[in-house]
Amino acid sequence: MSIRKPAVLVLALVLVLATLFATGCTTGTTTKVKVGVLYISTVDDGGWSQAHKRGIDAAVAEIGASKVDLMELQNIPDTDTAKTNAAIDQMVAAGCKIIFATSFGYMDAVAAKATQYPDVKFEHCSGYKTAANLDNYFGQIEQPRYLSGIVAGMKSTTGKIGFVAAMPLPEVIRGINAFTLGVLSVNPTAKVYVKWTNTWYGPDVEKEAAVSLLNEGCDVLAQHQDSPAALKAAEEAGMFGIGYDNPMGTQAPKAYLTAPVWNWGAYYAYKIKAVMNGTWKVEQYWGGLKEGIVALDTLSSLVADGTQAKVDAVTTDLKAQGNDYIFKGPLKDQTGTVKVEAGKTMTRDEQMAMSWFVEGVVGEIPAS
Amino acid sequence: MDPTGFAMMIALFLASAIRISIPLLIGTLGETLTERSGHLNLGVEGMMLLGASTGFFVAVRTQNVLLAMLAAMGGAGAGALLYALMTVTFRANQVVTGLALTIFGAGVANTLGKSVTNQSTPRNIQDLFALQPLHPDLSGVQGIPVVGPVLQFIDTAFLQHNLYVYGALVGSALLAFYLYRTHSGLHLRAVGENPAAADASGIRVVAMRYGAIVGGGMLCGLAGLYMPLVHITTWVENITGGRGWIVVALVIFVRWDPLKAILGAFLFGALEIVGFRLQAIPALSGSIFFSQYVIDMYPYAMTILVLILANVRRKKGWQGPGALGVPYFREER
Repeated sequence: MSIRKPAVLVLALVLVLATLFATGCTTGTTTKVKVGVLYISTVDDGGWSQAHKRGIDAAVAEIGASKVDLMELQNIPDTDTAKTNAAIDQMVAAGCKIIFATSFGYMDAVAAKATQYPDVKFEHCSGYKTAANLDNYFGQIEQPRYLSGIVAGMKSTTGKIGFVAAMPLPEVIRGINAFTLGVLSVNPTAKVYVKWTNTWYGPDVEKEAAVSLLNEGCDVLAQHQDSPAALKAAEEAGMFGIGYDNPMGTQAPKAYLTAPVWNWGAYYAYKIKAVMNGTWKVEQYWGGLKEGIVALDTLSSLVADGTQAKVDAVTTDLKAQGNDYIFKGPLKDQTGTVKVEAGKTMTRDEQMAMSWFVEGVVGEIPAS
Repeated sequence: MDPTGFAMMIALFLASAIRISIPLLIGTLGETLTERSGHLNLGVEGMMLLGASTGFFVAVRTQNVLLAMLAAMGGAGAGALLYALMTVTFRANQVVTGLALTIFGAGVANTLGKSVTNQSTPRNIQDLFALQPLHPDLSGVQGIPVVGPVLQFIDTAFLQHNLYVYGALVGSALLAFYLYRTHSGLHLRAVGENPAAADASGIRVVAMRYGAIVGGGMLCGLAGLYMPLVHITTWVENITGGRGWIVVALVIFVRWDPLKAILGAFLFGALEIVGFRLQAIPALSGSIFFSQYVIDMYPYAMTILVLILANVRRKKGWQGPGALGVPYFREER
């Protein structure tokens, strides 16, 4: 029995030390502006968080690493209010002046903390709440999604295009609709088959959804998911795919066509600078291709002939007209009912609340 | 949809279900081996993650599949050895130790996995685990009515898989043979049923338990390795996605039998992916019983049902190894 006590003590010591090292955080001097960033996963997840990290790094590079002090907390589940609160408290205690919360689910926690800490500026991605020190921001990813629809529509020979979709929320539905309208603009008889995974990030589930779509005869897959699993499934089946979030060409070189990608850097640099000069204000930012916050990745060599020219032409129109170019009447839903009459466009509020599929989408939106 | 097309969809579904059931099957074999010795190791998820991360790490660094599998067995086996040390030698609570192993394994795996994030399985290993048809070319018989389509169906569903699938099936047979047809297997079952009696008859209880726990852990490591190396072909955090917990339920569901495990794993695997197929049927996709959230519950619900049946029927073999979860004190015989 004599061995047990020391063994337990050593184990406990190892655990404590490991925890200390694992949570090590940066401490800064007062001359720099301290910036907090909350990530839902790790910054090398190959998806959503990595895109935000790319943006933060670009912003720091633009402003100068000597002027910004980053405090990044990863793997903060946005469904866990207690953890989110603790992370924000920790950031404020460390002296953060502006905090970027990069997932939708942080919204309520961030709103409550914004009231508690009026001197700190809060930036919440993809939400809708605001306060004197709480702003939200998002990008019109549906614009590059429309372009990726053109790429898919021109590539598909079966006329069946699959879409692996995360959650039945307006953000995702808007993207599927934009994608489908892009497909139909070049391939009017094609159909877009949607499968829901009910997860933003679940490579195994995403792969199974993709395999299911491939089994049903789809030859191009698109996705609103944060991992390259669907692309990899397409590659295995000898088919083609469109990524999301970040350039994903290296993940599935034999299948990759392109991807709608996020470039958050310009916005992050602008907002951090605003805190530094004291010009920060609430503006509910919603930029598109024109502002550069979203883009279509460079087309791979696998796209159909003539795709680049078509994409370039439509990019010009999208930059000029914004989402009005995509969501203009006449638009019909899956039952053929006219939802937007000819000559009209959808308002921002209507786009934000979109809960119906356009004609050409095959799949149901689960009642929630 | 025409009947042939529909049959093809079913065949493809069965093939997908078999492929996704492999980590469940191998994990179940491992946990069956462990539990047959009388130890309940709830650390399956942790050991699967340990095996997945160490194996994939070595695969990426060396491009050698054998080294990768050895590393997966070594990583998970080390976790199992730690568990055996705690529970067999120190007689710590098995449930708590198992849970700790799960948390520990996830931590180590995700830390190690960081260095191989965004890396793909080396091309030579992907090719090795590409689909390997088990039959001569069937194109000649496709035209024959009835026989052609039936052969096509069987072929698509059951005869076009990768080496890992075939290996897991052979492994089930081998484990069944070991447990029921060898002296050592008989001894192991005796240890799990009544360690005091086994001890009295000269069986080395502690050694058997160490062997079964570590061996079971190694199998769990191979189960985990399937996910990054073959199925997803890249590393992501918590890549096993809770399959270790399904395994714990599955072992009970198949009543500690390696052969029944094949069918059980297939059934639970099919449940995992059936939701996407049902989404294609509008009449069903609206029903709450076919919501993926509810479908994810079925494996556990069915396991509870088996537990209830086991209590009602009081049949031999349904209750599991007699000494399961009970630490053995030689001095207290």
